[in-house]
Amino acid sequence: MLIVAGKGGVGKTTVSAALARAAAMAGLSTLIVEVEGKSGLAGLFHQPPFDYEEVVLAPGGGPGGESDVRARTLTPDDALVEYLETHGMGRISRRLAAAGAMDVVATAAPGIKDILILGKVKQLERGGAADVIVLDAPAAGHAIRFLRSARGLLDAVHVGPINTQAQDVLDMLTDPERCQVVLVTLPEETPVNELVETAYSLEDEVGIMLGPVVVNGLYRALDGLERDPDEAAKEAGAFLHPGEADSLRAAAQFRLRRSALQHEQVERLGERLPLSQICLPYVFSAELGPRHVDELAASITTGIRGLADL
Amino acid sequence: MSPTTAPTDLRQLLDTNEIVVCTGSGGVGKTTTAAVLALEAAHLGKRACVVTIDPAKRLANAMGLEGLTNTASKVEGPWSGELWALMLDTKSTFDDLVAKHAESDEQARNILANRFYRNISGALSGTQEYMAMEKLYELHEDGGFDVIVVDTPPTRNALDFLEAPRRLTRFLDHRLYRVLMAPTRGFVKAMNVAAQAFLRTVSKVVGGDVVRDAVTFFQAFDGMEEGFRDRAAEVLDLLSHESTAFVLVTAPRGDVVEEATYFARKLGEADILVRALIVNRMHPRFSDASPDAMAERAKTLTGTDLGALYANLADFLTVASREEAHLAGLAEHVAPAPVVRVPFLDTDVHDLEGLALVGRYLFPARHAA
Repeated sequence: MLIVAGKGGVGKTTVSAALARAAAMAGLSTLIVEVEGKSGLAGLFHQPPFDYEEVVLAPGGGPGGESDVRARTLTPDDALVEYLETHGMGRISRRLAAAGAMDVVATAAPGIKDILILGKVKQLERGGAADVIVLDAPAAGHAIRFLRSARGLLDAVHVGPINTQAQDVLDMLTDPERCQVVLVTLPEETPVNELVETAYSLEDEVGIMLGPVVVNGLYRALDGLERDPDEAAKEAGAFLHPGEADSLRAAAQFRLRRSALQHEQVERLGERLPLSQICLPYVFSAELGPRHVDELAASITTGIRGLADL
Repeated sequence: MSPTTAPTDLRQLLDTNEIVVCTGSGGVGKTTTAAVLALEAAHLGKRACVVTIDPAKRLANAMGLEGLTNTASKVEGPWSGELWALMLDTKSTFDDLVAKHAESDEQARNILANRFYRNISGALSGTQEYMAMEKLYELHEDGGFDVIVVDTPPTRNALDFLEAPRRLTRFLDHRLYRVLMAPTRGFVKAMNVAAQAFLRTVSKVVGGDVVRDAVTFFQAFDGMEEGFRDRAAEVLDLLSHESTAFVLVTAPRGDVVEEATYFARKLGEADILVRALIVNRMHPRFSDASPDAMAERAKTLTGTDLGALYANLADFLTVASREEAHLAGLAEHVAPAPVVRVPFLDTDVHDLEGLALVGRYLFPARHAA
């Protein structure tokens, strides 16, 4: 199981999709689990939105023997009802749902919603729902709270099914053979700082194994941007429109400057956090679609091979 | 509010509103934007206060906020007005609110010590939003500020934020609460039996301690609901008052704009207009040429330095067009609210100098003068 976490706006969902495709391309059946809904995941694959029912986002097959990428959403309410019903408490589940008691219970024991979701994920993992389960975790600080919920609940709830559930979830989270967290960031100052903080909290407070960090959105290097446009035109025997040299120069300067800043941040991240990194390129295109997901998946595969060679 | 009250620019917005609420999803620069607005108000000679929630550490330090303060502290600087800043402490704001509405010190103590209460004040979804609005109300009532700019928590769900004040009171209206309170209010015995049965079933799932905490809390809270409900109504009135302006902050990424559009729609459902749209981190548009034409040029020049220069220009023109395309629908949705664009900056904003730099884009008129 791979838990993909990072603050809002760093491309967590895109990375989840790319990771899933990378696994599927390697022939592993893959299931993406969404917990917040409405993330645009389906759109990345040009598929209609999905729900609690599992759907196929990217079918496998083909000459390379690819596997399917499937996806589903989990909500605490559905997970609770399902859990109670499968544990012979269908009558209670209907009563709880009818009284809207979820809010009250969730307040009495915070983290209970999270544990219900993680419990369901654990059940999927145990039941062999897929070779790889990619969990698109909630954004920002909530990711820590989400993953810490198991430990917190063990302190608050000493008996009963929730306690058992929390223990099972914690066992899964802290077993590096079963579960790893992939943290996603942008090569920018604040996201890097927050990622480092999150990484240490997760290790210390949850005892979870951290996989490689994904740095998303690096400008790919282009050779030749240092050249003066007028000179470059002369060399190529081309003619520039009035003002064009300025546009070309300004755009080149922008990329060079931002690339330098991005590399500084990647380096800083490496210094502050001793985890291996997988860098993904910024996608310069009108709209992200399945083709770009596949390109990013290829970058991930290359990145992982690079790590294995170290 | 009628659409004609939409300001033509942010300067006018600061001049005509006492409260400015910055809203939007996480990671789009809401905190920075709120700080820049308050700073500008101070430059305009006003007594301004910014209420922030969980700012990045360096920005907090720059504003002299070492930790959660919960009372406004003054930021010194070269402006003609005053700049005050406050970092919301959700829990102590809630504690104050309980103390204020409690009928006796003993009732307040019982509630504050209750584990269920401590969970509510720390974790009930919407509590942070509720307390942000509560703090805002307090500052509005007692602070004597000309302008209060409030940053909102990065909740994914705009409903959480808008319904925050109503949420807790609805929680107190909960059927479970009424069931629990029934025995102390002398209802018929049958009701009591039903309540006991209900609690037994809940205990089976989560354990008895949790249920005991909840029951104790609801009993301790008895009599205070009305005060809370009234206060929540006042806070909501303030938010929908015409001198309160909502500013929507976004980034030009497709998913973020989608989220912002959802915020705008939810605000609309609550009869609240977006009075300005601020877009942070726009890629610059380096020329008016079409991205496809530039990509075509790059292709025919493949292998030369000029080809690389064209490919790069095409890349950024594509991104700029994509960003404008993402924004078009949202801009139309919030019209006639002005759309203010802030470009990608070389560094993250973490000091007053950085705030001033952003200010140049939000308030071009003052800086041109």
